[in-house]
Parts: sequence; C-alpha cells; structure tokens
Amino acid sequence: MPDPIAPLRIAAYTVTSAAGVGKAALLAALRTGRSALTLNDFGPTPLPTWIGRVASLEAAPLPRSLAAWECRNNRLAWLGLNGDAFIDAVHAARERHGAARIAVVLGTSTSSIGATEDAYRHLDGHGAFPADNRNPQVHTPHSLASFVQEALDLAGPSVTVSTACSSSAKVFATAERMLRLGLVDAAVVGGVDTLCGSVLFGFNALQLVSAEPCRPFDAERSGISIGEAAGFALLERVDAAAGRPAGLHLLGYGESSDAHHMSTPHPEGLGAERALDDALARAGIDCGAVDHINLHGTASAKNDEVEAALVARRFPATTHASSTKGVTGHTLGAAGIVEAAASLLAIEQGLRPGTANTRVLDPVCGPQVRIEAAQAPVRVALSNSFGFGGNNCVLVFGDANAGGSR
Amino acid sequence: MSGATLFIDGIAFWAPTLPGWEAARSAFRGESEPLATPAKRPAPDILAPAERRRAPDTVALALEVAAAAVRESGLDAATLPSVFTSAHGDLAINDYMCSTLASAPTLISPTKFHNSVHNAAAGYWTIGTDCHEASTALSAFDESFGAGLLEAATQCLAEARPVLLVAVDVEAAGALASVTDSAGLLACAIVLSPHASERTVAAFDWSLVNATTRAAPIRSPAARSLAGNAMAGALPLLEAIATAEAGIDAGSIALPLTRSLALVLVARSPLKAAAGQPS
Repeated sequence: MPDPIAPLRIAAYTVTSAAGVGKAALLAALRTGRSALTLNDFGPTPLPTWIGRVASLEAAPLPRSLAAWECRNNRLAWLGLNGDAFIDAVHAARERHGAARIAVVLGTSTSSIGATEDAYRHLDGHGAFPADNRNPQVHTPHSLASFVQEALDLAGPSVTVSTACSSSAKVFATAERMLRLGLVDAAVVGGVDTLCGSVLFGFNALQLVSAEPCRPFDAERSGISIGEAAGFALLERVDAAAGRPAGLHLLGYGESSDAHHMSTPHPEGLGAERALDDALARAGIDCGAVDHINLHGTASAKNDEVEAALVARRFPATTHASSTKGVTGHTLGAAGIVEAAASLLAIEQGLRPGTANTRVLDPVCGPQVRIEAAQAPVRVALSNSFGFGGNNCVLVFGDANAGGSR
Repeated sequence: MSGATLFIDGIAFWAPTLPGWEAARSAFRGESEPLATPAKRPAPDILAPAERRRAPDTVALALEVAAAAVRESGLDAATLPSVFTSAHGDLAINDYMCSTLASAPTLISPTKFHNSVHNAAAGYWTIGTDCHEASTALSAFDESFGAGLLEAATQCLAEARPVLLVAVDVEAAGALASVTDSAGLLACAIVLSPHASERTVAAFDWSLVNATTRAAPIRSPAARSLAGNAMAGALPLLEAIATAEAGIDAGSIALPLTRSLALVLVARSPLKAAAGQPS
C-alpha cells in the first residue's frame, strides 16, 4: 500500500460540457437530473445515437493571437479556460510562483484528431493536407497541453496524458508527484475531448453505442452516449506550518492496470479495486468515510456490472453512489476532470447527484447506487475513471477537515 | 531541486539498422557500423501468436524493448509501474482511421479502433506481463522523450521504487506524412531505479533547470542516421549511457522540456554509482 500523501489545495476549478459553460451550468443540471444529451447531428453522416454536444463551438473561433491552434478541441479548451474566471486564477498563480514553476498536465483521448479527420476529407491534388489545416502541432496528441500552455503563458513542465477514459483523472497523480518533489509550485490539470468521427464510429464498431440516451446502471441499459467537455483545476501545496486552509482538497489517488483485455474490464474488477485501495491508502481513510462516489458508470453492460458489484461489496449502504454520464454523456478523455468537478461541486454544495435517465436499477446494484439526487453534506467524495487498455484511476476529494490525521 | 539520482538498471533499443542495445551501444561508441540490411520488425513473444502478426508497429516495438530492458534489470515485469511515451502514437493506425472515416466510416475495424488509443502498447504490456501496477501513456511533441523521462524519474523518486520507461515513434504514413515529421522506427526502454544495484549500468543526477536550453547534440554518425524519427530526443541520453557503460565520464545532457525549461542529467561513473548510498 502506498503511504498517505499531504492533501493538495484545489485553488480553482471549472468545467464546460453539454450542460453549459462553467460550474453553475453543471450544478443546475445535476440538481434537477436534467440530461443534456441530444440526438446526434455531428458530422456529415451522423449515426443514430445521442451525444453530449457543447453548443456554439462552431461560432467561437480562437482569438487571433492563438489562431495557429485552430481546431474544435482547442476551441473547447479555450471556452473552458474562460469559464469561472479560471484564467484569472492561473494568472494570479503565475504572479505568485513564476511561469516556469507551474506545470500543465492535461488528459485527452483523441486531442485534435477531428482536425486530422477534416484534412483527410479535403486532401489537395497531391494527397497532402490542405494549406489551411497544416499546423504540425495541431495534428498530434500534445496539441492540447501545448495550446493551453501557450494560452496561459506558462513555461513549466507540459505534458499530455492519453490513457483513454482515465486520462484526465491520472493528471492529478502526475501533478501531485511533481508538487510533492518540489519540481513545481502549482499545476494546471484537467482535460479536453471533443466529438469526432474516430470515437463515434469507433465505439459504434465495438457495439458500445446506445441508440437512446444512456441509462447508467439501468437493468435495460444499452450502451454509452458520447459527449465532449473541457475541465481544469489549479493545484497547489498546502503550507504545512499554517495548517490546512478552508476549501477543497485532493486527498488521494490510485492508479492500476487490469491486465485483462484491451476494451473489456476485468470481470471481478480487480484493477478497479486495486486503484480504489491505493486511493484510500493515500488519503488515509477507509470506505466508511466516503459520503459520495461519482461512478465511472458509462451504461455499457460490462462496466456497470463490474463497478456496481465492486461498490456493493466494499461500501456501506450510507455511501451515495451515482453516475453523471446521463447528464453529460461519456466525455472519454475529459471524463476524469468533468467528474472530478462534479465531485467538488458535491462537496461544496452538499449535493449528492442522482443517475439521470435511469429508470430501474440493475439488480447487481447495492443500496449505494441511487437514481435520485439528495441534499446532504459531503465531506469526502470519490471519482472513478476506467479506460481502454484496462487503465484505472480513482480520485479522492475532501473538504478542509476530511481525510486522515495529518 | 537537487540531490535526485537515477540508476539505470536495464536498457534496450531497437531500430531496423540497430536491432538491439548491444548493436546500438557499439555503434554509438563508434566501434561498429549500423546494419546495411535493415532487420525485420520484431515479434515479441509477450503477445499472443495471432497478435504478434497483427499488432501495430508501435505495440510490437514497445513490447520488444520493454521486455529486453526488464530482462536486463533482473526485475519482475509484474512489479514495475510503466511510463509509455510517444510523440505521435501509431501513425499508420491514425492514417487508417482518418482515411476510412473519410470514405466509409461505418466500416471502421473495432480492433483497429481499440488499437488507436495512445495507451495501446501500455495495455498490451500489462496484459502480456500480468502487471497490475500503474501504467501511463504520454505525448509531448518533440519533447516526448524528456517528458516521459521526467514522469518516470518523478515516479521513481516520489514512490521510491523502480519504474519502466518505454519510448517509441514510427514513420509517418499516408497523407499524415505531409504534416508529421517522423522517419523510420525507433524504440528504447529504460528501467530506472532509485538505488544502485549490481545491475546498474549508469547513473545520473537530475534536476530541472529554468533556462533556455538547446537539445544536447547527437554525436555519433550511427545515432545521427536516426535523427529523423520523432523520438530522436532520446539519442543523446542513449549515447551517454553507451559511454558510461564503457566507464568513461559521459558528462551532462540537457533535454529541453519547454522553451525555457530543461531536464538536466549529469552522469556519475558506474563505479561511484554502485558504491554510492541509495538516494
């Protein structure tokens, strides 16, 4: 088991999804259980499925100074950075610490591949990319973190984490290690993923896409709804001498591998449970201290079965567990940060979200999995993210007093 | 930050003209020439027989070097967290995905789709070695090797345990070749340890230096012949390890991370490393 870590302060955070720009939009949807999914109208030949699409990205070009980075994913990143005055919080941190002392660690599954897909539909007479879509720094996974680093005028370590649907959860772990070792004094973490042909047709080929809005943990669930989102958090160390300040904290994380299959979870949730155990150990808590879990809960048959069984065997009935994928869709590489933000909202607002769209729970679910939202204090919230390749990450967040005795 | 030391307990390399660390080490020291006839792509036995043939180049190369480096380290693969880094991922699969989407999107192969994730090699590695430890997959454009090494070094130091680093890039394919600059195949893997052991082949003190830094030069003609690959950023360190293994002071190497930040490695001689206290 890993040693407990010192909690990190979440100095600022923001989230933009199909529910809208900024935290308030997601909070409103979580309160009412409003699904932001709409019938798929993305791309030239849309499949009959439902998507979580961010409105008006097409009409929101990047500022002229950043125009070289133009693509849907970076547009969504920019829209997201402007939510909740997140940019101002980063600029203040830059004043405090200096540009080279702030890391940018961002997760994405497909980054700007949508721009590459576009280029392939418009190749020039020589079979080359069209002249207006030829920036090499866009057609590569690191497009995301390098764009955000430039947009924020930062100069610390900059890396893109791409481990499918756990990407923007694992960024918290990478940043925590850099902060613990004193390599940096702050880190911008988060992730962005946008709708693109690769994921819509790819998940369709795997027969994982539902023809109706996704219904996580429903006995009659029929697959995922794909969404797009951007989210960011600013992490800083806590001054041990001054004691833990008020507000939100990262208490722990756990990372693991299923070692089972590229696109199907381990049947007993072996990897997921190991990530859970490591996360709890780093936070210095046990399952009984967890008030709320934001489940991975994609509404795929297998994920929900394995995850529900894990929660049923490990957590007390008082833990309120739910999936917010019915609200936002599965935002893939951005799911980690979107659901970290939902977990942080749960702590701030005393809101335990429900599971939108779900009607009748699968009998595999224990009493922990809830369809209805509830208003009750949350001191500790967990967020699960599990990805292709059997890549798992569990995050633990808490208020100022939560966590082990440090 | 200072005082951090990385001990290199296993190293592996594969390029078509330098298929293995022994060949590469000797060529990087100027003691031999790269092969005139390129070697065939490796077929690592970590993969199931059917997958050996179908695996994308990035997966086949990554697993080949990962297995060789772990073998050299004497450690059990199942106990090692892993960091996979690649600037561009599997460019042939990206080319397949984008051209199929442009022509017949509903015909996308499900296997090619799940192989298109950037962490495909990490997934196959953990499956093939029954490893339940953390694994990650990173990208940082021309700085991908430096970023991967920083992540692996950070894990090694923060958790005080050995970590496997695997770095691969492949040749740009199809229309992608008009924007993506990467030639040939290049893969390397390093097992980093927080302390010296009888397996230690080289040791480096490392730190982040806040200064505009040029990439360390690639010195040998053999390594320069691979400079067109997007993972060429690994070559200066590999040359330094080849030098250190011969007992010669390899000096210091700067790996740029951003426009004004570099990961700086200063070689310790192997003897000093082996005699030194665990850091």
